Amino acid sequence: MLVSIKWLQEYVDTQGLAPADLGEKITRSGIEVDAVIDRSHGMTNVVVGYVKECVKHPEADKLSICQVDVGGETDQIICGAPNIAAGQKVIVARPGATLPGDIKIKKAKLRGEESNGMICSLQELGIESKLVPKAYAEGIYVLPEEAETGSDVITNFDLDDTVLELGLTPNRADAMSMIGVAYEVGAILSEDVKLPEISYTEAADSASSLLTLNIDAPDANPLYVAKVVRNVEVKESPMWLQQRLMAAGVRPHNNIVDVTNYVLMEYGQPLHAFDYDSLKTGNITVRHAKEGEMITTLDNAERKLSAHNLVITNGEEPVALAGVMGGANSEVSASTTTIVIESAYFASGSIRQTSKDHNLRSDASSRYEKGVDPNRVIPAAERAASLIAELSGGEVLSGSVMFDALDKEEKIVTVSPDFINARLGMKISFEEMMRILKRLKFNTEAINGQLVISVPTRRQDIQIEEDVVEEIARLHGYDEIPATLPEMETTPGGLTPYQHKRRIVRNYLEGAGLLQAITYSLTSSKSAQQFALAKTEMTRLLMPMSEERSTLRQSLLPHLLESVSFNTARRSDSVALYETGAVFLKTDGELLDEEEHLAVAMTGLWLDNAWQGEKKSVDFFVLKGIVEGLAAKLGVALEFERGQMDGLHPGRTAYIIKDGNRIGVIGQLHPSEQAARNLKDTIVLEMNLAVLLNAEPEALLYTPVPRYPSMSRDVALVLSKIVEAGSIENTIRNAGGKLLKQVRVFDLYEGDNMEEGKKSVAFSLTYFDPEKTLTDEEVTRVHEKVLSALKDAGAELRS
Amino acid sequence: MEAQLHVLKTEALEKIAASENVKELNGVRVAYLGKKGPITDLLKGMGKLPAEERPKMGALVNVVREEVTASLEERMALLEEQAINEKLQSETIDVTLPGRPVQTGNAHPLTRVVEEIEDLFISMGYEIAEGPEVEKDYYNFEALNLPKGHPARDMQDSFYITEDILLRTHTSPVQARTMEAKGGEPIKIICPGKVYRRDNDDATHSHQFTQIEGLVIGEDIRMSDLKGTLSVFAKKMFGDEREIRLRPSFFPFTEPSVEMDISCFKCGGSGCNVCKKTGWLEILGAGMVHPNVLEMAGYDSKRLTGFAFGMGPERIAMLKYGVEDIRHFYTNDVRFLSQFQRTEV
Repeated sequence: MLVSIKWLQEYVDTQGLAPADLGEKITRSGIEVDAVIDRSHGMTNVVVGYVKECVKHPEADKLSICQVDVGGETDQIICGAPNIAAGQKVIVARPGATLPGDIKIKKAKLRGEESNGMICSLQELGIESKLVPKAYAEGIYVLPEEAETGSDVITNFDLDDTVLELGLTPNRADAMSMIGVAYEVGAILSEDVKLPEISYTEAADSASSLLTLNIDAPDANPLYVAKVVRNVEVKESPMWLQQRLMAAGVRPHNNIVDVTNYVLMEYGQPLHAFDYDSLKTGNITVRHAKEGEMITTLDNAERKLSAHNLVITNGEEPVALAGVMGGANSEVSASTTTIVIESAYFASGSIRQTSKDHNLRSDASSRYEKGVDPNRVIPAAERAASLIAELSGGEVLSGSVMFDALDKEEKIVTVSPDFINARLGMKISFEEMMRILKRLKFNTEAINGQLVISVPTRRQDIQIEEDVVEEIARLHGYDEIPATLPEMETTPGGLTPYQHKRRIVRNYLEGAGLLQAITYSLTSSKSAQQFALAKTEMTRLLMPMSEERSTLRQSLLPHLLESVSFNTARRSDSVALYETGAVFLKTDGELLDEEEHLAVAMTGLWLDNAWQGEKKSVDFFVLKGIVEGLAAKLGVALEFERGQMDGLHPGRTAYIIKDGNRIGVIGQLHPSEQAARNLKDTIVLEMNLAVLLNAEPEALLYTPVPRYPSMSRDVALVLSKIVEAGSIENTIRNAGGKLLKQVRVFDLYEGDNMEEGKKSVAFSLTYFDPEKTLTDEEVTRVHEKVLSALKDAGAELRS
Repeated sequence: MEAQLHVLKTEALEKIAASENVKELNGVRVAYLGKKGPITDLLKGMGKLPAEERPKMGALVNVVREEVTASLEERMALLEEQAINEKLQSETIDVTLPGRPVQTGNAHPLTRVVEEIEDLFISMGYEIAEGPEVEKDYYNFEALNLPKGHPARDMQDSFYITEDILLRTHTSPVQARTMEAKGGEPIKIICPGKVYRRDNDDATHSHQFTQIEGLVIGEDIRMSDLKGTLSVFAKKMFGDEREIRLRPSFFPFTEPSVEMDISCFKCGGSGCNVCKKTGWLEILGAGMVHPNVLEMAGYDSKRLTGFAFGMGPERIAMLKYGVEDIRHFYTNDVRFLSQFQRTEV
């Protein structure tokens, strides 16, 4: 909402406050002032000029040489506008003037001809192109004949004004009008509000003699008022009206349309003017559209209607989309002589639906959607009739054609002062509350110590006691509210074990060298299931903004890998990222199964200590080590077994198993996947983190620090290359019994000296008895068992 | 024999002095003092002397031996020290060379902000509540006093999956769910999480972003409690000198509703480019829980009241760290992320 302060002052005394100060007071009381706009832009030296003579420039087709009377003296000014002509009153920026955009006007020579200033368009005075009347959109603005030559344009045409741009929240529909804002300002400043005076002479003929009305949809349209004005002359509106509309962000058209827009801005009540003769039937019928019925609206769009769209018809065909936009077939034009002014109350739901169906929003529809004041529908019609009579020379037919089934009663809200103070934690006196309600112009009676408030219908947002609490608090001042802390039973607060462990996981991973990433949950249907541990039916948005963000992810890796590629493309060659977040899986339930996952992606160097000759690229085992460390940290047992997944290297992929269930996958990207993503060797992990976080570890009990020494024996084995170290380790453990405490791989050799298809793996075995020092014989006895089991398993002892 | 002894001593002392290293000196020791050395020989030869000369000669030999031994030890100490010094010299390193890097990662800046806020409220007795990101329209809107067709729904254009299921547009449904689950009991929770709105991604908009909300419900919770709580939050989060200011606002789920500004932490309130010359920074929205919201969750709004507040960690991180583009939080550029390594404590 754009509020011209000059216009506002018609209704309320702003006590001479500077615009910025007034804006600050409004903001602090509840309606945010987003901007304070100086319409004068600091312009000076801009005067009314009279073009006495206008001839073509001999050297330039598009330029005219004008002799302009600027008040007592005549200056030659070169003008490039196509619509310049002798006899016009125009806006002249004289030498020394500064125009918006810091344009300084100086004497100049244009193609050899002297020019003493500039004849201006409205755009050059800082008015947006879309607000300039169409007739002057491509050229200079022509002032009315009666404009006084030499007088100051800024002050005479209300450009010495400031506009407050209000950022309205949806509850404050009341402030979508000048009068509504006046009530708000009046409440803030304790000032009265002066409403416009309505007076016109009625013709002897009555409106009903020309017009009949049928309302076929009284629920959607409980109040309809039509006034008829005949013998109107459709022409340009006077300057003051045009300026006010432009200040309010509305483009002037002609005196009829301008008045309807003016009253819309003034009262917040949408109005529409029909050309009576174009209606043809002398009838207005409001009904729901027939399925498939067509209308061409004022924006020249042809629209196909459906049964829930409310339309105004002439009894035969639609002439307006009710509350949204008029129809082209009944538009007021230069030849119009008789008009019908419509002021109506349309139910907000109906208008919202129509507005949404046709993707069409107007100043009217946005007000109907939020609800207009039932008690301004009739006054607005009268106000418009009186202004049109005044500005068009028309005569208003007596009475109105009206259907009225609208409840216009004020709502009563009863609230006790104690309730208000208890909610606020304050001690505002009863008298102060009464004063505030009076400032708001809420009729209030004190009955048995209660405030019984008749809420004016303009304030539809005041429904319950809490709404009154807010009104009292905001006008008393939020600064006055003391600062206390809740008085309630003390609770320990804290994280749940799950949340606590999530932080442990993050801290661990960060300590292990990974950076935390956050990526988007929405992805393309193409990548939604890549690397998914368990694919379910995909979940797509009803109306995605793009295919890239159309589907909920079932794995974290695709976006995490995009982040890795993003970095390597920017010459960060070594990247190690992790992310924790939900993946979205369809279930039988109403909602999705949101499973918290952990993903890791790493590429490049893991260790780079070049000057000491230590350089290590990331590989499968770097990431596996991180996962193993994480399992140890959380006290859960994980196993790894050879696995397969699309997009991963078939020889370098493992499933992660917990309690016999696959809960994750770890592997190197498949070379073709790496190539497609422009990546070098990249190791990835996708794992169900929730399973890890939900696992309840056993109580932590210490085992005594060993009092007896342990003994180590090493074995080097020659194995077939396809035999996995893990299975040999199991063989060793099973044979070693309870004295075998630790088995560790300490060497792997697959080099030249090995027989084809063989490898050598060396294990270090640690034997230990917590009860005594083991003898050599005891260890040998167990170790022999291990060796024999290894032989049985096909392992060959290396000498 | 005495003369012989003298020569021997002089010779030994010269050789000791001439020894250049421990090894050479040990050679001298063995040569003169060893079991096969001349001094031992002399002592052995004492038997040949007349009995009355033996004590005198014995004493004389001992004196020489002690002198040689002392000189040797002195020289040994010197040479050992020299040897150590040489070793140290040869082992000297360039301490200005870089250390062996310790691979370290760090939390995302949004996590950092969220955890800081969580911890602050945990210390005041709050619990952390979480909920689904894909929500029922009921919890996201209706239970929050936003029935279908409510004009305020326009404020948050949403991603719907079906007519009744959508990506949550705020973390408030977690509040609605918690209230429903608590069955009328008092509540003190903080709800962090991801939320989604139909926005085109640009420098100040993101279709996915983070929110963190708080909810307190109890007997006689007042608006002054909200103000006091937010004031503690502002000072802990942005510095002790911060002042807060409440402005009336509108949210369908609170009444009265407020926006909270804090005095600008960059300029202290005198006006700068961070606060756009106003001296104040808009940080969060809050209010007293709307009675409809309480009633819908089964609370007696006459007996129990509450307050709620909500803020955007992105905005806080942008203000705090001077980040100019919200997209930085989601591109995961390591040159951005790794800047949030160090502590500010």
